[in-house]
Amino acid sequence: MSILDSKIPEGPLADKWTKHKNTINLVNPANKRNIDVIVVGTGLAGGSAAATLAELGYNVKTFCYQDSPRRAHSIAAQGGINASKNYQGDGDSDYRLFYDTVKGGDYRSREANVYRLAEVSGNIIDQCVAQGVPFAREYGGLLDNRSFGGVLVSRTFYAKGQTGQQLLLGAYSAMNRQINRGKIQPFNRHEMLDLVKVDGKARGIIARNLVTGEIERHSAHAVVLATGGYGNVFFLSTNAMGSNVMAAWRAHRRGAFFANPCYTQIHPTCIPVSGDHQSKLTLMSESLRNDGRIWVPKRKEDAEAIRAGKLKPTQLAEDERDYYLERRYPAFGNLVPRDVASRAAKERCDAGFGVNKTGEAVYLDFASAIQRYGSEKALTSGMENPSKEEITKLGEEVIENKYGNLFQMYEKIVDENPYKTPMMIYPAVHYTMGGLWVDYNLQTTVPGCYAAGEANFSDHGANRLGASALMQGLADGYFVLPYTIGDYLSHDIRTGEIPTDTPEFDQAEKDVKDRIQKLMGGSGTHSVDYYHKKLGKIMWNKCGMSRNEQGLKEAIEEIAALREDFWKNVKVPGTADSMNPELEKAGRVADFLELGELFAKDALNRNESCGGHFREESVEQEGEQKGEALRDDKNFKYVAAWEYKGEPKDAELHKEELTFENIELKTRSYK
Amino acid sequence: MNLTLKIWRQKDAKSQGKIVDYQISGIEGDMSFLEMLDVLNEDLINKGEEPVVFDHDCREGICGACSLQINGEPHGPDRLITTCQLHMRKFNDGDTIYIEPFRAKAFPVVKDLMVDRSAFDRIQQAGGYVSVNTSGNTIDANAIPIEKENADDAFAAATCIGCGACVAACKNASAMLFTSAKVSQFALLPQGQVEATERVLAMVNQMDEEGFGNCTNTGACEIECPKGISLENIARMNREYLKASLKG
Repeated sequence: MSILDSKIPEGPLADKWTKHKNTINLVNPANKRNIDVIVVGTGLAGGSAAATLAELGYNVKTFCYQDSPRRAHSIAAQGGINASKNYQGDGDSDYRLFYDTVKGGDYRSREANVYRLAEVSGNIIDQCVAQGVPFAREYGGLLDNRSFGGVLVSRTFYAKGQTGQQLLLGAYSAMNRQINRGKIQPFNRHEMLDLVKVDGKARGIIARNLVTGEIERHSAHAVVLATGGYGNVFFLSTNAMGSNVMAAWRAHRRGAFFANPCYTQIHPTCIPVSGDHQSKLTLMSESLRNDGRIWVPKRKEDAEAIRAGKLKPTQLAEDERDYYLERRYPAFGNLVPRDVASRAAKERCDAGFGVNKTGEAVYLDFASAIQRYGSEKALTSGMENPSKEEITKLGEEVIENKYGNLFQMYEKIVDENPYKTPMMIYPAVHYTMGGLWVDYNLQTTVPGCYAAGEANFSDHGANRLGASALMQGLADGYFVLPYTIGDYLSHDIRTGEIPTDTPEFDQAEKDVKDRIQKLMGGSGTHSVDYYHKKLGKIMWNKCGMSRNEQGLKEAIEEIAALREDFWKNVKVPGTADSMNPELEKAGRVADFLELGELFAKDALNRNESCGGHFREESVEQEGEQKGEALRDDKNFKYVAAWEYKGEPKDAELHKEELTFENIELKTRSYK
Repeated sequence: MNLTLKIWRQKDAKSQGKIVDYQISGIEGDMSFLEMLDVLNEDLINKGEEPVVFDHDCREGICGACSLQINGEPHGPDRLITTCQLHMRKFNDGDTIYIEPFRAKAFPVVKDLMVDRSAFDRIQQAGGYVSVNTSGNTIDANAIPIEKENADDAFAAATCIGCGACVAACKNASAMLFTSAKVSQFALLPQGQVEATERVLAMVNQMDEEGFGNCTNTGACEIECPKGISLENIARMNREYLKASLKG
């Protein structure tokens, strides 16, 4: 029997959440005023949780490293948010959203959590519209939808290519209302450096004021970690520069199990790397795959000529192009899930068909969409015999209306006009499905410590479908956590304020200060970025889109050695008692150097291919699926939750067996 | 390319700042402006000096963290982009580039090129929201149809990233474009209209309290805004304010 108790309520899938809400303990409004909650991270999950908890009457303290909650990286999400509203009448339902999410996650997520997610998805849209989030609308004034990868319905709500921004600003406005009421105390430019436990329960945090360098103690009856994912372990990713794993990793070191660290989403449509100076990668929304067609040249000579600058993509005729996704996956075509699209791009590039200077890029082409939309527009506006130029112009206008900001962003970065020549894209690290292990109530293995949004592991299995991250963040923050945390806090109505002048806080503060001293005391040979880039290279080459036993074993060794070198030789200028961005980075990279090793260890342990985790040893050998990923349900139908035991290599594996009562496990086929 | 950088260095809010000259080489056109500063900082660290502090995070033009007055212009010479999206191909070998923080009384310098823009948060806290609790019982999202044009205009106003370029561009350091973007978003939507009167009065009042200057319609804010927020929003806010004052 595993020591992990997922606390999934009994009863039929569709009734679990309602029943659970009806039976858990509540805290009366007068008592809520005596209870403090810390929320770390103010993105979609943290911002929405903080606002809702404050509305309920709890005293909330929020922490973010940015200068304002509005800058959390949720803001960069482009494409949209899923909800099973079935406004399009195309057969959508809670069950279908649930089914698509579990299948998309390659049957490695928890049924009950995912169903609840689907169940509250409609409420999210209602809530956001009520807050004044300006979603895209049709001419009739009703909400518009679009399609995303891995599904056959149109259930994605959007606000041009800035959906994350609009949803985050909605959550931020809800927070602002509570800040104005005095129910949220915001601590911006603060970073959580440790979790404080008292009698086994999470009772506070140690944070650093990033402006003054001061180390602060903050207590609460519960701590919510909504600190996002750890994609920056790869150095280059679509995450923000400051995105980090520190809060989650500190909690892990204090007893919170870390689940499925190897599940990483490598997003197929990002702007390719241009050189060594590159500091981050930029995503081109998956929504572009609604209208863009992905291809490489059919002939290797043509790919070579393109790379050498002797041939232009627009010079190649239709039959000289290989629309490889449409060819391999006729049912889903360009809208296969992200992991499938990424691997297919890598396969073509590895085979020598890649197109930019580096050979690591494929085309995303809008020419046929421009013609299609242009003809439609000409027809509806009653033009007779429109010329090709007129059609193109009309079509470009439609495309601009849909994706204008993305096209502009591409042009600024690459210096090419994507209306006239196909975009070049390549996969990049984007999202991490793994994270802190949580039960059905979103509680980690440390009582009183909760994890929400990308920081937890629970809903996306081994691969996340597009437009589901925003849904999960807001579901956790608006509709799940505010209920489940009450059940825990109902036992704290008589506790009173948690003092911070206790031995537990003394010790935690001392640990934090010692660690800072150690970081500042390196020999000063190499900068923090030097180590971060080295770590990123190891991760990308050995723990990236395709993994094998030998590479993973090497990665474990190399990361451990790099970590040792880091602690001896890192160079952190400036002082600890003032603003010091290099010190901030050093602390984050130190944690990535531990997480990276656990990541590789988890990937090595999981000797199957599932979702974003592709093991070269586990591939279909014959039949229609030949060459596709081969899952191993017999041996790996579990969540791998790792317990901290000192060095990452000593982490202890705990398994949470996954049971599927409402979905039949199948080979995930998009053909 | 080789460049001369003239960068504002200031230890903290209380210290005096000054321009310091730096020579930098090996800069490529494909680098973003902030990647160029990364190169400079790596050099400084290796030389044992303190790197230049500047705000930045998403590096894709949406979080609003990056700022910088580059050769006197917020976010530099290119239009409709933030500093993180500005690429070095916009500069020439041998150029001298002045890099300063956004200047405004309401944006005190924190360190070097980093300023404190919390005044913007406080303006939002004064009324930049719809008072609706999270309940799961709000009306269906499609219950109130909204004219597409209004929805689109509300969206356009809502795309403000809160970077403060409008303030830095304005000779009066006015925050009218920023404040009016939020007022407009809600004024254009039925959900926002219930609290319209209180909202505009509270937000404008907070804006004044923070020490931002008045609007004299030069239009510099609109030109420098990386998101193309329109001056029409200021006109709309003025109408809303007048309406509210008469009511109030």
